[in-house]
Amino acid sequence: MSFIKTFINFFADPRLFFPMAVAALGLLIWKRRAVATTRFGWGLMGFLTLFFLFGATDANFRLIITKPDNVPIVGLMFLLVFFTWYALHHAVMNDERRAQGKPPLEKDEEDRVWVWPDLVYTELISLILCSVVLIVWSIFLKAPLEQPANRSLTPNPSKAPWYFLGLQEMLVYFDPWLAGVVLPSLIIVGLMAIPYIDTNPKGNGYFTFSERKAEITIFLFGFAVLWSSLIVLGTFLRGPNWTFFGPFEYWDIHKLVPLTNVNLSEYIWVRAFQSGLPKNWLVRESFGIVLVLAYVFVLPGLLARTWLKVYYEKMGPPRYYVAVFLFLMMLSLPVKMLLRWIFNLKYIVAIGEFFFNV
Amino acid sequence: MADTKTVEPEIGFAERSWNWLTETQLWKSIFRHGRPTNDRNRVLVMLTNVFLHLHPVRLRKSGVRLRYTWCMGGLSFFLFLVLTFTGLLLMFYYRPTLEYAYADIVGLREHVPLGIMREMHRWGAHAMVITVWLHMFRVFMTGSYKPPREFNWTVGVIMLVLTLLLSFTGYLLPWDQLAIWAITVGSNMARATPFLGHEGPGAALLRLGDVPLIHAADDARFALLGGTFVGEGALLRFYVLHCVGLPLVIGVLMAVHFWRVRKDGGISGPL
Repeated sequence: MSFIKTFINFFADPRLFFPMAVAALGLLIWKRRAVATTRFGWGLMGFLTLFFLFGATDANFRLIITKPDNVPIVGLMFLLVFFTWYALHHAVMNDERRAQGKPPLEKDEEDRVWVWPDLVYTELISLILCSVVLIVWSIFLKAPLEQPANRSLTPNPSKAPWYFLGLQEMLVYFDPWLAGVVLPSLIIVGLMAIPYIDTNPKGNGYFTFSERKAEITIFLFGFAVLWSSLIVLGTFLRGPNWTFFGPFEYWDIHKLVPLTNVNLSEYIWVRAFQSGLPKNWLVRESFGIVLVLAYVFVLPGLLARTWLKVYYEKMGPPRYYVAVFLFLMMLSLPVKMLLRWIFNLKYIVAIGEFFFNV
Repeated sequence: MADTKTVEPEIGFAERSWNWLTETQLWKSIFRHGRPTNDRNRVLVMLTNVFLHLHPVRLRKSGVRLRYTWCMGGLSFFLFLVLTFTGLLLMFYYRPTLEYAYADIVGLREHVPLGIMREMHRWGAHAMVITVWLHMFRVFMTGSYKPPREFNWTVGVIMLVLTLLLSFTGYLLPWDQLAIWAITVGSNMARATPFLGHEGPGAALLRLGDVPLIHAADDARFALLGGTFVGEGALLRFYVLHCVGLPLVIGVLMAVHFWRVRKDGGISGPL
């Protein structure tokens, strides 16, 4: 038992957990035919259930998942896994129909039915079921109420509401002005821009994967791998001092994690050039600034001529540049993660003088 | 002559009452048509009822299938109604001031027999965040944001943000440790807003001579909290936004959203 727990604790570390989540997404898409089968779906849900049943035997794990405000996240994990599988299931089904020269299933259901009774009854039953779930949930689980607010007593860890824990987790890799202001704004703007960027006319109004490969892969990467797993990570696996703890690990407030992160400027001036840091911030950070500017302004142009040439020609310059900018912003998180894990890199640009750290 | 008996078909009490009821002036003044058992009345039931007329009269078969819709948009709306109702009841008991806020929540828990309104409000709010996400997920996976529904997707994204803000502002109101520290963590981000937060990049550039224009007592965080920390001002601001401001805005956007679903061709389906 303890062997399994140690094993899971080990793999829950973000440095392994994230690459594995990315690999899982890749596998999900590559082997989607096998994933989409009903048997696999049952297996997936069964595995998740087993994991939670097994976990519930552990005191530390039980403490996290039964915290009243964390219960919805357990529900979210089940729902998210189920609906990702469910969407893929129908997408693959429609893709197979297309391969046989048949229209998507939704096309066969084009004829109209009466809203009364066909829709209103479905709605009524859904409302009743939803009410029942909500009432039962409310009866059995009390809303949390802790000690009265006390400004001189900071709980450790202090966590934002669960749906913002993805953003709080980003604070590990970015300063608040990026993790808390700029990137969330870009997420909102990016979501709103989706219909105007995506010019693929196919896959409108029915489940499909093969006709929208890139869109769905990017969306699943952003929603399932980044947003959702950051929330799970921030909720379940971050303990006192925002230190990482495995799901079966005791939240020891004295657990020490060496902070050996180094700025790019120190790498270059101190370690490579063996000189002190220059006094002038512009000189000191010139390498980082060039790198960041190249990432934002040069890389899209380069990609337009090489790997993303097809998209550049298909979308036209304005759409292409907006899309690639947003995409690179999304990728900046995993990029920064990798730099942190591999090189212990703290900031690429560190201009503390203006609170401008990247 | 032998007695002949006429045997009338048996009509139960319930049906007789129903028949009587639907013939009364009162009933006919409310419902202008018979029961929706024939096509004409199925049209009329949708067209003459202000609540049902959010719906079309007929819609594509895939549009009523849970397999296609997941029902998540409808449940989000339903949960919003549940939250409005339970929230209204909570407002009877709750006063948003430092001396009463926490005590009122304790009172709600300790003195109301079988009370589950606060639970329903809290869990309903969590559930609504989840249903909104899953609704967007479904809309994305079916490509339903594609023309002609682009604008409605952007309206939906704004409502997603409002849903999160509604939940966030409500999180503060119990005024316990969980509440103020969650809001402290969340609102500290605003300190770092570029140019508008006193610890944000560029804020130091906005100064007149030696006088900084952006400081802790006038930056973005101050505007959000009505103070330099999560205190009385923040409680009142969050309360007003939570109970009045944000619900009004999201209500208007919901009207736009539902209207546009109809105007953009009803529920999506293959072209």
